[in-house]
Amino acid sequence: MSSDYAIEARGLSKHFGNLKAVSGLDLKVPRGQIYGFLGPNGSGKSTTIRMLCGLLTPTEGTATVLDTEIPGDSRHLKPRIGYMTQKFSLFGDMTVFENLQFISEIYSYPRAERAGRIEELLEKYDLLEQTSQLAGTLSGGQKQRLALACSVLHHPPLLLLDEPTSAVDPQSRRDFWANLFRLAEAGTTIMVSTHYMDEAERCHRLAILDRGVKVADGTPQELQASTGMHTVEVTADDPYHAQEALDHGEHIASVTQLGVRLRVLLPETLADPVAVVNKLLEAHGVKADVRQTTASLEDVFVAVTMDAEERAV
Amino acid sequence: MKSLSRLLAITKKEVRQLRRDRLTFGMIVGIPVMQMLLFGYAINTDVRNLRTAVADQANTHLSRQFVAALRETQVVDIVDFVDTPIEIDARLRRGDVSVGVVIPADFDRRVVDPDRPAVHLIVDGSDPTIANVALQLRNFPIAFDTGARQTRVNNIEVRPNYNPERRTPVNIIPGLMGVILTLTMMLFTAVAIVRERERGNLELLINTPVSSAELMVGKVIPYIVIGMIQLALILFVGDALFQVPMRGSVLDLYLASGAFIAANLALGLVISTVAKTQFQAMQMTFFVLLPSILLSGFVFPFDGMPRVAQYIGEVLPVTHYIRLTRGIMLRDAPLIELYPELIALGVFTLIAMTAAALRFTKRLD
Repeated sequence: MSSDYAIEARGLSKHFGNLKAVSGLDLKVPRGQIYGFLGPNGSGKSTTIRMLCGLLTPTEGTATVLDTEIPGDSRHLKPRIGYMTQKFSLFGDMTVFENLQFISEIYSYPRAERAGRIEELLEKYDLLEQTSQLAGTLSGGQKQRLALACSVLHHPPLLLLDEPTSAVDPQSRRDFWANLFRLAEAGTTIMVSTHYMDEAERCHRLAILDRGVKVADGTPQELQASTGMHTVEVTADDPYHAQEALDHGEHIASVTQLGVRLRVLLPETLADPVAVVNKLLEAHGVKADVRQTTASLEDVFVAVTMDAEERAV
Repeated sequence: MKSLSRLLAITKKEVRQLRRDRLTFGMIVGIPVMQMLLFGYAINTDVRNLRTAVADQANTHLSRQFVAALRETQVVDIVDFVDTPIEIDARLRRGDVSVGVVIPADFDRRVVDPDRPAVHLIVDGSDPTIANVALQLRNFPIAFDTGARQTRVNNIEVRPNYNPERRTPVNIIPGLMGVILTLTMMLFTAVAIVRERERGNLELLINTPVSSAELMVGKVIPYIVIGMIQLALILFVGDALFQVPMRGSVLDLYLASGAFIAANLALGLVISTVAKTQFQAMQMTFFVLLPSILLSGFVFPFDGMPRVAQYIGEVLPVTHYIRLTRGIMLRDAPLIELYPELIALGVFTLIAMTAAALRFTKRLD
């Protein structure tokens, strides 16, 4: 009997000495979905992924990954997961073709179908021209496509991708996500960590990690609807002075500048957040257009990662 | 079946990478040839052409004949004739000469008098190898004096078995084989695995179905072959340049070398599980290499070493290997007679392999 979830983690923790990299993480990743893992550097994303594929032993807690218990014997799990490391981990002194060939041998891919599968991947991931180029001389985007091709070669039902797009340009990132959607449609469960908001928004569901603790999870829409904050957008000719007027003002939880606009978060308990903002701006003689808006994922991120003190203003 | 094909995949990859790594590839051939030339030509414990001063106070027909005979041995290179022994002392002190020959005025009478030394030989005792001169000149039918001690005429004939010409390369090269294989085998394996860790390849590899044993054995196989190639190269150069004899069975030598290579590869694997960077792996290799050169009987006679040094030497695989190579190559000893050394190598390999397998886990923590 197989569970509806590809990954289920219960109170997963990992401590390195005094550093609590991950604490008490609960996760449920439904099969066939793209599950995002959003968090700043050092929030425990990589550590979690490494625990889920059996590379690190959890200090506390357990997980079920593709019906395999973690911690436990992860030998039978390895052939069924594809893992893409944060750092390029293929062999730089071997060609694109040789790398794919090596991976096909290591995963004991049926011998008769190897050549066909490699050809298919080269074409699908746009690497035909680089077939006999040394992997170490590829561009960032090409390396990433090769890494993805290698991690999906053996048709794993679960893909774990650790910040796969941290070293590539925006166009490559878009293409990369198109590939991920294609894989998800074919039934692959994908867990992907990122610190890009736009990528997080593309996921079916996501969890936000902060200093090793999960601070929110749900679909992007659910998260945007439940920040517990009002979002007010301020458009001012002089955003610098507007920010000065609002910073540390009463009820202001946070101010983020985006060009000439400011995004201001205020507690949901306020009846009229626009009036509060207008009052502060007038007091400093700043003219601006103020209106309430829906929260973006970045607002969610700012709201859930701020500490309790800031929230209670 | 799957396991074997995964193992071969690792081996194939290793060979492929090795072929592209020109520097390492060059070292496979370069290290043995360089070391052999260095040790074979430069490091020579034969005492020859020692700068010598002669004080011939007799200056008779017989004494001149003696000096000519001395010169013919090529052990001494007579660079100076002086009048008195005092002048010889001064030259020795300044380091101008290493040997002084004093022929007393009554040389002709002393030669026939068995109670008195006919010639005094004064040698520079600050250099231990020069003391060999005493041994080399033993055959001379004349008494001589080394420093304070007087030696009587004794027509002892020294017959060095197995190396009658007493040529250094003949003694050095069987030992050198051990030192070269220790260096290259240990270094290559240790670096090969640590490099993958450094480059991040290992994180990818341990996430695949490859087992630790497949990974280790697969990586080590190419180096066993390389070790055998190096061995053939050493034997060829040893024969072509230094006429090192191969008196025993070549098969025995290869079997013994196989056991020795296995021991070194196992040690290299242990290093690779401890070292975090290639630099650390290299430092640890040299940590083992130095005693391998000094305490294995390669440079200094094993029996002459202090007890503690002998114990350390017994732990090193190269000590046992040098006994095997000298036995097989120079004394024509069958491998079966040298079995204690083979057992020692086997036990070492077993312990090192176990340690490596225990330390190498397919985890990052």
